[in-house]
Amino acid sequence: MIEVLELNYDSVVIGAGPAGIAAAIRAQELGLKTVLVENRDLLGGIPLQCVHPGFGLHYFREDLTGTEFIYRFFDKMEKLGVEYLLKSHVHSIELVAHNEKIVNVITPQGVMRLKTKTLIYTAGARERHIFEINVVGDRPAGIYTAGEAQTLMDIYGIIPGKEIVIIGSGDVGLIMARRFALEGAKVKAVIELMHYPGGLMRNIVQCLQDYDIPLYLGHVVTRVVGKKRVEKVIVAKVDEKLKPIKGTEFEIPCDTVVLAAGLIPNLDMLEKIGLIIDPYTRGPIVNEFLETNIPGVFVAGNALVINDLVDYVVEQGELAAEGARYFIENDGIPTIDWKPVVRGRNIRFIVPHYISGKRDVILYARVQQPEKNVIVAIPEIGWKMKQFNVRPAEMIRVKLTKRLLERASSAEKISMEVIPSE
Amino acid sequence: MATLKVVIVGAGIVGSSIARVLSMYEDFDITLVEKEPDVGWGSSKANTAIIHPGHEEEPDVHPLRARLCREGNTLWRQWARELNIPVKWPGELMVFFNEEEEKSAKKYIELAKLNKIPGVRVVYRDELLQMDPSINPSALGAVYAPTAGTISSFEAVIAVVENAVENGVKLLTEAEVRGVKVIDKKVKGVETTRGFIEADIVINAAGLYSDKISHMAGVDSGFVVRPRRGEYFLFDENVKVKPEKLLHTTPTPITKGVYAITTVHGNLMIGPTAEDLPVDAKDETSTSEKGLEYVWKESERLLKELPPRTKVIRTFAGLRPEPPGGHWRIEAYDDPWGFVNAAGIRSPGFTSAPAIAYYVLNLIKDKYDVSLVKKKHWNPYRSDIVRVKDRSLQEVDELIRKNPDYGEIICYCKTVSKAEVIEAIERMKRAGIKTITIDGIKFRTRAGLGMCQGSFCRWRIALLISQYTGVPLHQVVVKKDLYGVGEVKALLKSVS
Repeated sequence: MIEVLELNYDSVVIGAGPAGIAAAIRAQELGLKTVLVENRDLLGGIPLQCVHPGFGLHYFREDLTGTEFIYRFFDKMEKLGVEYLLKSHVHSIELVAHNEKIVNVITPQGVMRLKTKTLIYTAGARERHIFEINVVGDRPAGIYTAGEAQTLMDIYGIIPGKEIVIIGSGDVGLIMARRFALEGAKVKAVIELMHYPGGLMRNIVQCLQDYDIPLYLGHVVTRVVGKKRVEKVIVAKVDEKLKPIKGTEFEIPCDTVVLAAGLIPNLDMLEKIGLIIDPYTRGPIVNEFLETNIPGVFVAGNALVINDLVDYVVEQGELAAEGARYFIENDGIPTIDWKPVVRGRNIRFIVPHYISGKRDVILYARVQQPEKNVIVAIPEIGWKMKQFNVRPAEMIRVKLTKRLLERASSAEKISMEVIPSE
Repeated sequence: MATLKVVIVGAGIVGSSIARVLSMYEDFDITLVEKEPDVGWGSSKANTAIIHPGHEEEPDVHPLRARLCREGNTLWRQWARELNIPVKWPGELMVFFNEEEEKSAKKYIELAKLNKIPGVRVVYRDELLQMDPSINPSALGAVYAPTAGTISSFEAVIAVVENAVENGVKLLTEAEVRGVKVIDKKVKGVETTRGFIEADIVINAAGLYSDKISHMAGVDSGFVVRPRRGEYFLFDENVKVKPEKLLHTTPTPITKGVYAITTVHGNLMIGPTAEDLPVDAKDETSTSEKGLEYVWKESERLLKELPPRTKVIRTFAGLRPEPPGGHWRIEAYDDPWGFVNAAGIRSPGFTSAPAIAYYVLNLIKDKYDVSLVKKKHWNPYRSDIVRVKDRSLQEVDELIRKNPDYGEIICYCKTVSKAEVIEAIERMKRAGIKTITIDGIKFRTRAGLGMCQGSFCRWRIALLISQYTGVPLHQVVVKKDLYGVGEVKALLKSVS
């Protein structure tokens, strides 16, 4: 028997998208022996195929394309000499002790066992597919997820179809609508289940209105029709409970259906070792270090919560690396009287789920539904922010300083709520 | 000895099993023709994948079904071993929830006695819930049939065809039969979309289309095969509900009941419905809201709990051929001489297929007076694709040292390596498959059958197909149509 290669690390980072790259860079800067493990044959993740702008407005204070954004990090990685493995698939993770995990990796060089004190999991999200959104009918060629269509177009120069219907008006759907229109395909419709758009306002204007692409709010694709290739979709209006209304059905002829119906954190590997999931984010339950219920396992980026800006993803990656260092310095995160972070009125989710109140934190939240003229508040510390408009599409990001949080030192919890401003 | 040219129409489980059995003899020169781009894409692919024990067939009404089902159940044990087909034999439980159902269920014990099916008996609640804790505890009991099994149906057809080809059968895909040539009351061959194929014997194993083929030969003009649709849900491997036995509700006159099984690949599968469609709806494999709802409700009745809808990875529908009266047409004709029907093979057709093959062989031997000389070097074995997923890390490491492509994982959900995809492409070429499709790779390697349903790996597989067949990426075929419509720049030009 050949013994497989065993190596020791302080931190193994899984997934070399923006969160993983940022985490690996930060961990390296903090002096941790780090390795970044990536499935694909190149670093960068999804931004590589994002040829549209809107990246880096917060982080670099510049408007970059996804490709430009991620290349800036490559330069930094190289300077620091961050170790990485490509074409490397995490087969399984073994929990040995609170401060020891073994990551089994399949690579073209052989199987490797990476022994590590901490794990930063940044494997991103997967896209919801046609069988998850209650569409019935045929299963022909011509159905793609938005990411798959984007890979084909912007990495391999292949156009999937000529007459496109996009399901979902999140940013991914909107941006793909524009990409198709720019390449000469006809985008027949963007269909959105909710009664409000799923993406940023700027994308509604720049990606749909500028290209005369119709957006159907409060509509659903109920059926795909086509024997060999998609021939048409059946669309219906939905009622208040989002159920299709009988008699409102109409057809849209098309040859391609692109699904941009939401992302789901990609956590199968961690669920196998006992990860606990928040049903509202579908990501893990974490403390302010982004540490999960499994000691020394940190999650950042879209594997933690579906973000709308890459800038937040990077920020989370860096935070997880800092958490990993704190974990290693203290041989585990010290015992702390965690305060739960609770969802108040019109808050769909809030991350992280536990904070100490002893250090600065960033809270990420989304509202349940759009509302105008509101106050976003954290009553325990008397914090308030007046907002003309809150929308589920736009994440609320709030940085709370340690000083501010001291005001809540006697509170049992911290909560966020959205209240009418009157 | 004169060799007989045989054309088998339809590379489903029946046609391919006949091909395998006939390939054991020197007497035949066999061509297996299939209208689809790949084998097993009709009824054989989308069904419940049960190897039935044979206690559900009434011997006085369907003597052949009763006999061949029992024989097929035995033969599959041997075939699955020889051909390395994923199969397991957990036994099945026909669960009843009230006295009326109990009465219906117990009828099958009587049938089991008549058909000589071993071990069929009733079990009551206390024993039942220990046998399979995933059953709804309100069940009164069940009829237990220990000889039931489940197989990977699509892999079974692929394996049988690969073995048949290895033993000299020629496979012709995308060859739709347009006519059966008959001169002087003798078959002379078949006209196909890939040209005329000469034949002394034409065997009709065309499943849903077997009525049409029969009519082309001028046989049985009143014979029609109706499609009966069954809809299913398939769940991710990663769910808590995993029935140990093959569970189903007590049958009604038109269905074997709704099943809840853990497939050989570890997925919970529930279904089917049984909906009779118009005779010409032979490709109506769409799912419906109503059908899926019915399956969900029945499964809720059968199981203690169902996983959440978010764990569903696929819904699908398949069509089963339904001949008049449920009677199989297995016959060798004098007029035209050389025409053989293995037509209208409805359930338990998959189970019975190996036995049907031997039955057809005997019909041909007797009717056409064939000597049946066994081949000296007939190979009963077929090895499976070498799979990373089934192996220990040590073994995977050794594989990678021999071939680094085993270390490059293409499908993350099912841990399928590049080497496996390449092997599947090569096997398809070797089998004589004309178009290497993404679906063909999926059924051979299981890449794309996981939680993400191919959104991460489909383009990688398309790239490999393109690389190993020379077809441009956008012209790679998904199932029956192209993956893309063209290159970005080319399309731009055509628009402007």
